[in-house]
Amino acid sequence: MDTVNLAWLLVAIPLASATLLLLLGRASDRWGHWLGLLSSAVPAVLAIVILAEMLGVSDGERSVRVHMFDWITAGDFTVRAGLLVDPLSITFALLITVVGTLIHLYSVGYMAQDPDRRRFFAYLNLFVASMLVLVLGDSFALLFVGWEGVGLASYLLIGFWNQRSDYAVAAKKAFIMNRVGDMGMLVAMMAMFATFGSVDYETVFNAVPGTNEGVLTVIGLVLLLAACGKSAQVPLQAWLGDAMAGPTPVSALIHAATMVTAGVYLIVRSGAIFEAAPAAQLVVVIVGAVTLLFGAIVGTSKDDIKKALAASTMSQIGYMVLAAGLGPVGYAFAIFHLVTHGFFKAGLFLGAGSVMHAMNDDVNMRQFGALRTVMKVTWVTFALGWLAILGVPPFSGFWSKDLIIEAAFSGTGWQPWVFGGAALLGAGITALYMSRLYFMTFHGKARWHLPAQQGPGPERDPKEVGWTMTVPMIILAAGSVALGLVLYQGVPFLGFLESVTGTEAPDPVLPRWLLITLTMVLVVLGALIAFREFAVRDVPLEAPRGSALTRAARADLYGDTINETLVMRPGQVLTRTLVATDRGAVDGAVHGVARMTGALGQSLRKLQSGYARNYAATMVIGVIVVLVLVLATRV
Amino acid sequence: MSLTHYLVLAAILFVIGALAVLVRRNALVALMGVELMLNAGNLMLVTFARMHGNLEGQVLAFFVMVVAAAEVVIGLAIVVAIFRTRNSASIDDVDLLRN
Repeated sequence: MDTVNLAWLLVAIPLASATLLLLLGRASDRWGHWLGLLSSAVPAVLAIVILAEMLGVSDGERSVRVHMFDWITAGDFTVRAGLLVDPLSITFALLITVVGTLIHLYSVGYMAQDPDRRRFFAYLNLFVASMLVLVLGDSFALLFVGWEGVGLASYLLIGFWNQRSDYAVAAKKAFIMNRVGDMGMLVAMMAMFATFGSVDYETVFNAVPGTNEGVLTVIGLVLLLAACGKSAQVPLQAWLGDAMAGPTPVSALIHAATMVTAGVYLIVRSGAIFEAAPAAQLVVVIVGAVTLLFGAIVGTSKDDIKKALAASTMSQIGYMVLAAGLGPVGYAFAIFHLVTHGFFKAGLFLGAGSVMHAMNDDVNMRQFGALRTVMKVTWVTFALGWLAILGVPPFSGFWSKDLIIEAAFSGTGWQPWVFGGAALLGAGITALYMSRLYFMTFHGKARWHLPAQQGPGPERDPKEVGWTMTVPMIILAAGSVALGLVLYQGVPFLGFLESVTGTEAPDPVLPRWLLITLTMVLVVLGALIAFREFAVRDVPLEAPRGSALTRAARADLYGDTINETLVMRPGQVLTRTLVATDRGAVDGAVHGVARMTGALGQSLRKLQSGYARNYAATMVIGVIVVLVLVLATRV
Repeated sequence: MSLTHYLVLAAILFVIGALAVLVRRNALVALMGVELMLNAGNLMLVTFARMHGNLEGQVLAFFVMVVAAAEVVIGLAIVVAIFRTRNSASIDDVDLLRN
């Protein structure tokens, strides 16, 4: 194992590039994007080499810890900064660097007209570096460094066009909601430190057996809170829709393929803790099931193509969290779905980006329609991604989603029926909203040239985008088609992960063929409804009022309202009360003492007349008083 | 001449001196009042020295005279300086101590 010792370069290269691009500023405007692309491509190659090396050794030796430096040393307390290269982290590293490189390439074309393209690439590199720290770190402390780093990069990129105040607000919203999750991460680390005396993966996981289950449940729940914040799971889901304010490549890379899946990584990585705390595990599954339905329902009513995709991301990550909460039976499936989802969802987002490019940055699908005739490559790649997310065999989504549904149906008692049912229903709704999105955009009648839709901008003249944008779309579409089959049938990907995640065959309460049939029936049903409504019939340009559910879904199922009522307003009342208390009590006490001293001084000041005879009189009177006292006491 | 006579005389002198300092505005008179008080003290010292039949009180009286002379010199110098700048020897005109 030699190349693995160079694993630190995976982080160092994009980080150095980001620093360079930010420090050089405008001087690197002309070539900055190519440097950014290169410093994502080199780590991709390096990750592939490390993977090849890892495949060359036996299962037991695949997990390597690379010590980098002692990070914090205080007495006999040391936090080491080291990388953990094992099948799980290398899978993530590959996903991040390969999809990242494709999206870097896409961004070269997508951001070509933007004067700040270099800064954009600097942030993208910063994101890649942070994300790699997150997945490669060998302790929760280092994971947290990456965790914060991706949060920062996400904030900077969502607010990349911060000259628009609503975009800047969206960035702040994402940042603040992520902070809530980060609090969970910090509490988890403190609890680990108090319980195990370390935040190192190896030490913590080895110490888990024999630890009080209550403590583990608490740690598990706060870890879940952290995961919810990062992965936009209920109840911390509200930021993801607004995060679509960022440029579309950002939505593809950060808010679909990689960063939002960090929560899944955290849960799978901390599997040892969750397995020892069944209560926390059950909460994970519930969160996953609720979110997958939540996202799916929101997705059915959004007219903004990116927000519909964001809702879909939320829902798909719900699947992964659900699978991750099931224990060893689901870990590998969660990661498998994460990888295939990373490909097809990134592809779908890039497709949406190229549609937006053609539509003068319009995102309202009601004004699209029939784009298949003018954007052939985008259409075909998008259609392949659509089939993949629907879970149509033999596209990638089929393999991974089917396994999750099977795992969800495994177990005893009421759980398989509820969670399996949710997963099954989610698959049907997914088909409905993704087909709606696809048909509204690429099929039906063209609605983009109607005079009413021509805004003040230049006339819409949709054309296929340039090669830097089509090539990534084609590669990602190829991944959407074949990756699932290749990873499931071609190479033993699930077995490859087993050394980290453990294994347990799913044992569904219903036979497998029945589950697949049921899923397919629901998917076809969903797609047919969407076809009838949005491809055959004319799509109204103005959204109809819709039922109560539609209106609720359009408003993100009132997620923002709930946050505002439950958290924001009480928080405001609390701050106002505290400010008033501070002004009245604390400041009042301080100012009161000062004012009292001042008043005393003012009154004493009158004694000082400045006349020598007054002072003399005072002295005489004083002497007389002293004399009287002395003589009186002596009698 | 008993001790009481000396003491009463000293007390009268002291009170006259103190009143002069407190009541009169003229700086020169105030200084004279101070001298009067000092001399009342001196009279007491000498009286008790005589009564006890030793010289310590008398020696101390000399010291007081020396100090009084020095004090008068400084006091008069201040009075002259003030008179030159303000054209007045009234104590109440000098209230600069207040600010």
